[in-house]
Amino acid sequence: MEDSIIQLAHGGGGTRMNELIREIFANRFSNEHIDGMSDAANIDLTSSRIAFTTDGFVVKPHFFPGGDIGKLSICGTVNDLASAASRPLYISASFILEEGFAITDLERIATSMAETAKTAGVKIVAGDTKVVERGSCDGIFISTSGIGIRLTKEIMAPTRIRPGDAILVNGAVGDHGMAIMATREGLSLESTIKSDCAPLGGLMEAILTAAPDVRFMRDATRGGLATVLCESCDGMEFGIECEEATIPLNSSTTAACELLGLDPLYSANEGKIVAVVPADEAEAALVAMRGHELGRDAAIIGHATGGRAGHVSLITTLGSRRMLVRKSGEQMPRIC
Amino acid sequence: MKHLSEYRNSDHARTLSIEIARVRIDRPIQIMEVCGTHTMSIARFGLKQLLPKNIRLISGPGCPVCVTPNNFLDRAIAISKIADTTICTFGDMMRVPGSSSSLEVEHARGSDIRVVYSTLDALMIARAHPDRNVVFLGVGFETTAPTIASSIEIAHSEGLKNYSVLCAHKVVPPAIEALLSGEVKIDGFLLPGHVSSIIGAKSYRGIAERHAIACSIAGFEPSDILGALLEITTQISNSKPAIHTAYARAVTEIGNSKALAVLDRVFESCDANWRGIGNIPGSGLAIRDKFSQHDAAKRFPVSIDESVDNPACRCGDILTGKISPDECPLFRNGCTPDHPIGACMVSNEGSCAAHFNYGATNI
Repeated sequence: MEDSIIQLAHGGGGTRMNELIREIFANRFSNEHIDGMSDAANIDLTSSRIAFTTDGFVVKPHFFPGGDIGKLSICGTVNDLASAASRPLYISASFILEEGFAITDLERIATSMAETAKTAGVKIVAGDTKVVERGSCDGIFISTSGIGIRLTKEIMAPTRIRPGDAILVNGAVGDHGMAIMATREGLSLESTIKSDCAPLGGLMEAILTAAPDVRFMRDATRGGLATVLCESCDGMEFGIECEEATIPLNSSTTAACELLGLDPLYSANEGKIVAVVPADEAEAALVAMRGHELGRDAAIIGHATGGRAGHVSLITTLGSRRMLVRKSGEQMPRIC
Repeated sequence: MKHLSEYRNSDHARTLSIEIARVRIDRPIQIMEVCGTHTMSIARFGLKQLLPKNIRLISGPGCPVCVTPNNFLDRAIAISKIADTTICTFGDMMRVPGSSSSLEVEHARGSDIRVVYSTLDALMIARAHPDRNVVFLGVGFETTAPTIASSIEIAHSEGLKNYSVLCAHKVVPPAIEALLSGEVKIDGFLLPGHVSSIIGAKSYRGIAERHAIACSIAGFEPSDILGALLEITTQISNSKPAIHTAYARAVTEIGNSKALAVLDRVFESCDANWRGIGNIPGSGLAIRDKFSQHDAAKRFPVSIDESVDNPACRCGDILTGKISPDECPLFRNGCTPDHPIGACMVSNEGSCAAHFNYGATNI
């Protein structure tokens, strides 16, 4: 493309828009569905057990250690499907671009999406592009929707969890949120914090194979591990008890959290899945997770309990008990 | 040495806990902490569970946001509505309810209110926008006040006329004296670590002379706090009250002379109103006349309606240790971090927020 920045005409439905779609998106996302550039992708699914999800991506900065908004837009939707025990298959991607956005950035983002989709084993089969005036959006916003086929007979739900079930996570938590914060605030630490952004479909299938009676899974995104645990037992007849010493954490993430007065258990992740499995399948699930490249630091972090129903307790490294509750919104910095 | 692994070492904490239990005290005692970061650390690490039943840790007015009366927030909100004004604030203040609104709500209504990590950010905004009046909300004790003082000196020397501070800074020692004359029985004080790193252990000597009270200045990790509690309980047991420093890596006898000097150059002592306590003479900091062009209260003399407190709110009693958060009828019952009625629930250093987020003695 000759243009170096996005202009309003690129969203106008005419030849400039066509050129943008062909040269930036279509040639990178190429597959039998999108190449025809028709209004809708026509898909034959082999099962009627369909999982469907959608997600919006407004992360700033657009590029950060470990990823970018493009990679995130694929992983976020893929991981929602994976958490529902479904094999992600097809993605749609809708872009809202700000007038003046650099085409080179858009190319980088589209390339990242294509690469991530290939790693995740999904095809981007439909898309849309709009351009808004300068100042009306922050560079680029992306929405993706995704379809997958459920691999389990039963639908994953917290209601399936029983006291005694084991809770596992596939590795160190809080990295993505702190990677963003550290980049945004210009924190220079001894080791750069990298987002854990990654597609979890393959890891999920490894868990399912090893622990076919898995009760429930969820990817721990905004709100972090603690929020997933709280959501899982909210209103339920079981509680959750975790051991702080068993929760995997990277020291640079912990350090950044201490500096900014934040809690890594509430910091966002983009490549972490929390799996609740029957106690007798826990070891097998753990081995399977650790055998996968995205689960090398997997750990059993706690159990569902009969007591303290609806609440999440954390046994601290000192042996005391504290609760984990749902926070009301974005964590804010300390005053002193 | 890695700070976190040393001072959060569980074996060391257990040893200290056992030693505290061995100190001979045959009656119930109450030890008060007066630092919001202590409130949070104690709750976060569940330290009360590691103490014998006869030792009760209570929270005092250690959260600077919580002790700031509604009047200040009402004034800040009124200033935010003046054209071409930018309010800069630490994050805590955003959701604190004033008499009828909050900074967060006013931001949603269109006022230019920005969360900053430090006054350096506020100065940058003032330099970048000479057409806007940038008002920094100065809330905090002696740990924070020197940086605000410094920002005023910098603005003054640069001729940055559009930068000012709405000052509600307070100092801790007069509040400790006021508490010792109050209704709540206090057998010892866990003294604030970072305030003390500024003002020095010497600042408490007068209190020690007038009231024989066991004290230890503490840091914020489990070993720091438990070590200080061991010292306090030992002083009580031996009837040898003293001002002890259990945070020697940060606190000296004389404090931080540079910080104290900048405080003295920019601020002067004044009376201040503390939520829950009322007026405490000499407990506040006012901007000296020399810097009055950077004093937002003088630059923007807004008129506001008389400030009102929610009559059901018991923050004042919580801040003076008269009741604990779960003894407030609104705790979890109308007052939550999502919908705070009082400052103690919404501040990152508030007792109610600590209790809500970490402790659940009735679960």
